[in-house]
Amino acid sequence: MADTIAGAGAPATFGAKGYPAALEWVARRAEALVIPLAALVVGMALFSLFIALVGKSPVQLYETMWRGGFGSWFSVQNSLSRAAPLLLAALCVALPARLGLVVIGGEGAIVLGGVAAAAAGTALNGAPSFIVILVMGVAGMAAGGIWIGAVGALRHYRAVNETISSLLMAYIAIALMNQLVEGPLRDPASLNKPSTQPLADIYRIGNMPGMEVHWGLAVGVLACVLSWVLIEKTRWGFAARIAGGNVRAAQVQGLAVGSLIVAFTGLAGAFAGLAGMLEVAAVQGSANASLAAGYGYTGILVAFLARHNPLAIIPVAFLLGGIDASGGLIQRRMDLPDATVLVLQGMLFIVILFSETFYGRFKAFNPDLWQRNG
Amino acid sequence: MDATGIGLWGVPLAILGGAIRVSTPFIFVSIGEAITERSGRINLGLEGTLVFGAMTAYAVAVKSGSPWLGLISAAFAGLCFGLFHGWICKFPKVNDIAIGIALMLFGSGLAFFFGKPFIQPSAPDLPAIPFGAWSDIPQVRAALDVNVLFLIGAALAVFLWWAFRNTRAGLIVRVVGDSSDAARAMGLNPNTVRLVTTGVGGALAGIGGAYLSLYYPGSWTERISSGQGLMAVALVIFARWNPLGCFAAALLFGGAGALGPALQSVGVTQGYYLFYAAPYILTLIIMIATSSPSRTLAGAPGELSIIK
Repeated sequence: MADTIAGAGAPATFGAKGYPAALEWVARRAEALVIPLAALVVGMALFSLFIALVGKSPVQLYETMWRGGFGSWFSVQNSLSRAAPLLLAALCVALPARLGLVVIGGEGAIVLGGVAAAAAGTALNGAPSFIVILVMGVAGMAAGGIWIGAVGALRHYRAVNETISSLLMAYIAIALMNQLVEGPLRDPASLNKPSTQPLADIYRIGNMPGMEVHWGLAVGVLACVLSWVLIEKTRWGFAARIAGGNVRAAQVQGLAVGSLIVAFTGLAGAFAGLAGMLEVAAVQGSANASLAAGYGYTGILVAFLARHNPLAIIPVAFLLGGIDASGGLIQRRMDLPDATVLVLQGMLFIVILFSETFYGRFKAFNPDLWQRNG
Repeated sequence: MDATGIGLWGVPLAILGGAIRVSTPFIFVSIGEAITERSGRINLGLEGTLVFGAMTAYAVAVKSGSPWLGLISAAFAGLCFGLFHGWICKFPKVNDIAIGIALMLFGSGLAFFFGKPFIQPSAPDLPAIPFGAWSDIPQVRAALDVNVLFLIGAALAVFLWWAFRNTRAGLIVRVVGDSSDAARAMGLNPNTVRLVTTGVGGALAGIGGAYLSLYYPGSWTERISSGQGLMAVALVIFARWNPLGCFAAALLFGGAGALGPALQSVGVTQGYYLFYAAPYILTLIIMIATSSPSRTLAGAPGELSIIK
């Protein structure tokens, strides 16, 4: 009798091969953590080599990077501030990626979102602050959503490659911003750096209590969590994942792939547009050329590092925000060009993509291949 | 005829001259990319290669005093980038488009890193042939000053158009591009062929970069390319992977790129930034017009991931 009870309980505590189920559970998930971390370490090692080759000390570099990005409460706050737009920019890559699309033009949605938000803020000058901030957010999201949603629509209805079209549209967006900021939206008082009218102080987004980090961080984290719920826990996310795996199969199943693509790319662009709105409302105070600061491009790297998992984007954005934040200190202390951070990002990106080839190669991560000795 | 004031005629003339001047990097990058794509790979990283090539050519030309040495160095640097792309993409599950994006960022980053000290000094230019010497009008002379690289690019386009059809190497590249299985059955290793074609594509993109920094615009800045490498990749699709088509499309793009400066030269400053965006808008319109969801593009290599 006792034997049968133990037997019935076996599947819960032991896996198919007789190992503890918990161990198998850990092993199956460890792969998604161990391989990116190993890639990160290898990427940093290669970068050390590069730094040593140009005659600087890698130890000093990483020490400076630590101090500039993570070592003190001050630098952590700085990193978190930079992580805020990265979270949203990375979602602009990760959401379409779940549908199998490689969208790399988030920079354009950020820029236009910022301009649209600034224009809305200027137009509504005098209205109650919560309405203005809300309308600015909606305007930024609409501008970004239309921009990237168009990329998705072109992809589905015209078979236009989304990678190239999104980047072209980013260049067009930046030209459009320059035209608007130097022309119809220009504040005559901005002489050296053409900008839109500065927002009144009551329309600016402030810092979260107890820290020097604006509310954009909370918005970004919330967006990541909601995106994760959308992809993993809703039927739309399920449909998107099927379409991302095999478009034909999804169509055979009767899924509206076109609407899914437009909705997901539109949402992705809306997040990037929101990042632009936050840059205007919380950081710059007006729309100007600083909007094209490269967050859209770093966001691509964040999304790929996180393997397009919205929850994983949160720590990765903090990490890359920190690396970004330490760029200035590296430049001053070590007399290295500001592009040093770009080189590191490029190296990490290549190593991360290369590491894709190792998934499924290691027996340790695949309990189905485990064998008992004897 | 009034030699200095040719008025509005200056616009088409400036566009013609600009088309010849601006198109040259497009010609090299798109022909290089056509070779790569014909073998079934796509290298989006040519944008980074173009920037790195521009920096290398400029730096070497400044140090050595020889623009030709700069050109060769840029081609070699491009070859290295191309070979790296070709090598890393042979591993299973490594995505050629994503690697291209990474190389785009890496190439630009590396160029900015090493290029910092070369933003100030000036390098010797690549020589141009004055086809306009017969004319007294300075605008005509300026428009018909044709760089030797433009002529080399034109000759290369014709040669490759012929070579893809009539040589053994051309046939091998096309077979590998159309079907890896067919190539293997013929005893060819697709990865080796693609390694070579991506390497050659990178070298040509490097030459395109050398033209940017050593002739037009003729100096090294971090904004030297701003997407030209990427537009050239889009242009290859428009040109249906035909080198002669690449040449013609490059001229068209060059003309679009020259529109802004040409209008500015006659005093039209309204909408300057929008004219500046003309090549991007033109590329996008052409991509929309020539893509179709219901049929495969004529002449598309069967193994190309971007059209699958």
